[in-house]
Amino acid sequence: MLELQNISWSTPDGRRVLDDVSLAIGDSGLVAITGPNGGGKTTLAKIIAGIDRPESGRILLDGCDITDLDVTERARRGISYAFQQPVRFKGLTVRDLLGIASPEPLDEAGLCMLLSKVGLCAKDYVDRDVDASLSGGEIKRIEIATVLARRTKLSIFDEPEAGIDLWSFAGLIDAFSELKASGGTEIIISHQERILSIADRIIVIENGRVKEDGNGHDVLGHILHPQRCPSCPAGLKEAFHE
Amino acid sequence: MNERTEEILKIVSDWKASSCDAYSIREDGKGIAIRSSQHIRIVPKKDRPGLDIFVDDGTKGERLAIPACVTHGGIDDLVYNDFHIGKDCSIDIEAGCGVHAEHGEAARHNGIHHFIIGDGSYVRYIEKHIGLGKGIAKRSIDPVTSAEIGNGSTLEIDSVQLGGVSQAKRTTRATVASSGSFVVHERILTNGDDRAITEFSVDLNGDGSSVDIVSRSVARDESHQAYHSVIKGNARCSGHSECDAIITEHGTVSATPQLDANDIDASLIHEAAIGKIAGEQLLKLRTFGLTEEEAEEKIIMGFLK
Repeated sequence: MLELQNISWSTPDGRRVLDDVSLAIGDSGLVAITGPNGGGKTTLAKIIAGIDRPESGRILLDGCDITDLDVTERARRGISYAFQQPVRFKGLTVRDLLGIASPEPLDEAGLCMLLSKVGLCAKDYVDRDVDASLSGGEIKRIEIATVLARRTKLSIFDEPEAGIDLWSFAGLIDAFSELKASGGTEIIISHQERILSIADRIIVIENGRVKEDGNGHDVLGHILHPQRCPSCPAGLKEAFHE
Repeated sequence: MNERTEEILKIVSDWKASSCDAYSIREDGKGIAIRSSQHIRIVPKKDRPGLDIFVDDGTKGERLAIPACVTHGGIDDLVYNDFHIGKDCSIDIEAGCGVHAEHGEAARHNGIHHFIIGDGSYVRYIEKHIGLGKGIAKRSIDPVTSAEIGNGSTLEIDSVQLGGVSQAKRTTRATVASSGSFVVHERILTNGDDRAITEFSVDLNGDGSSVDIVSRSVARDESHQAYHSVIKGNARCSGHSECDAIITEHGTVSATPQLDANDIDASLIHEAAIGKIAGEQLLKLRTFGLTEEEAEEKIIMGFLK
């Protein structure tokens, strides 16, 4: 479904963040992208969503070249994106934001269902502004709910675990598992072992390149026990146990 | 009432005779319908245009509507409405105003409203203003609201200027007695070359008194808005004013708050934020499939809601 061909991207000061990355991602399943901080994971996700443009390479979605399409057009073609650092809006309520995200009008039951998936009680939140009055964890969960509301064929979550408390985390894992079972494709950027453990496939990005790509169980095993894997890149263990 | 009055009423007030206990409808400078209730008496003034409105002590849950409509150019409507609210009341007052003018002569409505609120009462005052009509005729609305808020009483003003008003000067003054509170939520949209000035002056005179003013504005096109607020803490009190503004195209906004702490136990805060819509906000809504223009509209409408 999604194909990245020779994607490269550099910062304005010339630092190479992605270096000739090529990947093909199928039309179902949960793909986790992991790797050390600063390795290029978020940049890759933003390039898929159309937020950043690659300096070279092509992006194909269902065989169509979407490299030159902007974020709006890509969203309309079925890509949704949950930001690592959610945006706050003065005056837009949780109800408003989810209503804009959803392709269909949301009634109270629909809002309740969405918010309960991210561990929030609708009656306490739907009429609250998505502003500074919400904690980091609350706004992160609402951000995830906006992507669940969209029900697109490709959902990208950038470090969804950040700011989520342990009590809500299990619910979040269930939401990702449920989304996976519904047939779409999820790309989750994460360092969290519990998220990696439900991935069908794990891609390790380091220094802007794909360092490892394979079955979730196998790659997680390499990450957790690098001494058992002679091909595992040096330093990976430290990166994940920091 | 004429068709334009009906149109304006639909926008500025969900007025229906059946849903109000008492009302007075003003069209082009004249009262065209008036009804008092058992506890709210509306009495036309004899010495000048306007009304004296008396709300009996203990009146609860009643609704009063006093919309005013100017339906064509050449009208300069000036009205003085005095609200005498008794003790221990809880009422809603709706005071929408619309000015319609097309080519040629200007149209103006100037409502001077004075509230005297007895002890222990709660008054919610809702005010929606709009300018309508094609062409370049000047449409002005210059409301003046003053209030004497009694001990333990609250006046809550919810005020919206929906756009199309070429020139507006909104003046709000209040004195607040012990344990009284004054709450204002104001939203103003200007476009074209509209000009809007909003001025607040609040004296917190009693121990435990408070004021909370939140003004949100959007200045589009070539329009300009100015916000001035003066809060005087003359006792043990708390005051907060906040001016948030979004500017688009060539819109401009100025904010000049003034806080005077005249008592050691006065606690006063002002916040102001003026700027264009944040790029991340537009980007977030674009990830839902909205165009940049659609995203901007959603953000502005939410901000002014």
